[in-house]
Amino acid sequence: MMRISAANFFTIEGKRTSPFRLLANKLLSALCIVLALLTLVPLVSIVILVVRNGLPLLGSGLFTQLPPAPGLDGGGFGNAIVGTMVMVGIGLLIAVPFGILSAIYINEYDRASRLASAVRFVAKLLTGIPSIICGVFAFAAVVMTTKQFSALAGGVALAILILPTILLTAEQSLLGVPYAYREASFGVGATHFQTIWRIVLPEALPAMMTGVMLAVARASGETAPILFTAAFSQDWIHSLMEPSASLSVLIYNFASLPYAHQISMAWSASLVLVTIVTLTNVFAQVIFSPKHR
Amino acid sequence: MEPNHSEEKNAVVSELPFGTVPALTNDFVPGESNFIKVDDFKFYYGKKRALHGITMEIPSRMVTAFIGPSGCGKSTLLRNFNRMNELIPGVRHEGDITIHGTSIYDPSVEIIALRRRIGMVFQKSNPFPMSIYENIVYPLRIAGQKNRALLDETVERCLRSAALWDEVKDRLHESALKLSGGQMQRLCIARAVASRPEILLMDEPCSALDPIATAKVEELIIELKKDFTIIIVTHNMQQASRVSELTAFFYLGNLIEFDVTKKIFTNPSKKQTEEYITGRFG
Repeated sequence: MMRISAANFFTIEGKRTSPFRLLANKLLSALCIVLALLTLVPLVSIVILVVRNGLPLLGSGLFTQLPPAPGLDGGGFGNAIVGTMVMVGIGLLIAVPFGILSAIYINEYDRASRLASAVRFVAKLLTGIPSIICGVFAFAAVVMTTKQFSALAGGVALAILILPTILLTAEQSLLGVPYAYREASFGVGATHFQTIWRIVLPEALPAMMTGVMLAVARASGETAPILFTAAFSQDWIHSLMEPSASLSVLIYNFASLPYAHQISMAWSASLVLVTIVTLTNVFAQVIFSPKHR
Repeated sequence: MEPNHSEEKNAVVSELPFGTVPALTNDFVPGESNFIKVDDFKFYYGKKRALHGITMEIPSRMVTAFIGPSGCGKSTLLRNFNRMNELIPGVRHEGDITIHGTSIYDPSVEIIALRRRIGMVFQKSNPFPMSIYENIVYPLRIAGQKNRALLDETVERCLRSAALWDEVKDRLHESALKLSGGQMQRLCIARAVASRPEILLMDEPCSALDPIATAKVEELIIELKKDFTIIIVTHNMQQASRVSELTAFFYLGNLIEFDVTKKIFTNPSKKQTEEYITGRFG
């Protein structure tokens, strides 16, 4: 052991750090910054591209009119916007109660039980399932039995797609609520239900909503599960039991047509889709942000 | 605390919908010597036995301190008085604990009502992420109390008894999480007394507090024993000697010695007790 003197107080074992090491340190820091910036490139370019190509056609007509026949100008995709909202709505209506209540069961009531582990395992497995499989399943389960393409079938396909995400994020949100809150609540004589309803859920809600919003974003953009469950319709949606237009399928259809106008409309539809998802996200963040911090 | 405190307390108590607790009615005599009786009580976490047959009688309206090295079972016993340990999966007990002569395990005792009669203050202060006001009225809200005047009155009464009123009366509707550590712990004490318990269980209430906040909580404990039977688990032996009348020393799941605090700290009868309080082990 070397004696610490004034001369070697700020050195390690009497040696100065090698210049190579100092250089490597700086280079690695720089690398991290550059890679972080590079990550932004695709994201920003997508937004720029969508805005630049989507803006020219943007007008109120797009929201109120029906899609034009191939080769014709004018028209809009009001029915596709409504269709997407309806189907995402059905998906949420099914997946949110199932997802959140299951999460409450597996986290608050019976954490260690076999049923809870089974639900958790299946949910994790389902998150990795390709979206087209959800479409095939809903086709077999709903379209085949009702013998028609329908908005309902589309909604069911989306529900299956987003259920695991909602369940698992809800479980994580519940896990994030400190056990001390539950203890305090039980300690003053609250029942299990009161503790969950008044203390745990309000605290977990913001994080749960983030999960739901992720699900909304994913469901709004999915094409594969919708393509052969709700198919497409040139008309407004009148009933849940008939085929429906959707933004994603409209983009898919129009982008593959050889007409400049339809391609422009596909861009506008993309812009509208991105905007709807962003707005819902911001809206949810504002409403569900924690009040007491 | 106001001089007419106890009268006021009796006047309001009947209005509170606290459910049925056959054992814990208002007819107990202050200073009852066998208020809480622990009878050959054994407690298991799964296969591991944490308490090996504890027998003791804890009198009312006094402060009883539980001391002993970590893992000696003092917190385990404390958490059995309000049956909080039952929240842990795989636990079981043998023997009995009675309060006012009735077993807390009697099928007629509602666990919810029991916990309203036995307040608990935890090691780490755990106010809810709500306003100061809502924290204190929570025990009343879950009991279905909606009378605004009574809620307001409870908030003031509890904050006064926790010596916190003057510090927070102008910001009752601000988040409880903005308080300092010591204030939060006193808020938890205020919340614990909101349901008008007779017993207060304190599980190392000062271990996360600085010396000034600790002194305030200790003063508070001494003040509160006029109205409550207090059982406090502590690692701080000066604290035990400052606030308690009786001290119980636990070691490896056994009650080694239970006596008047002064005697435990000056002339203990068991060698293990002496070694522990003089700092030779633990």
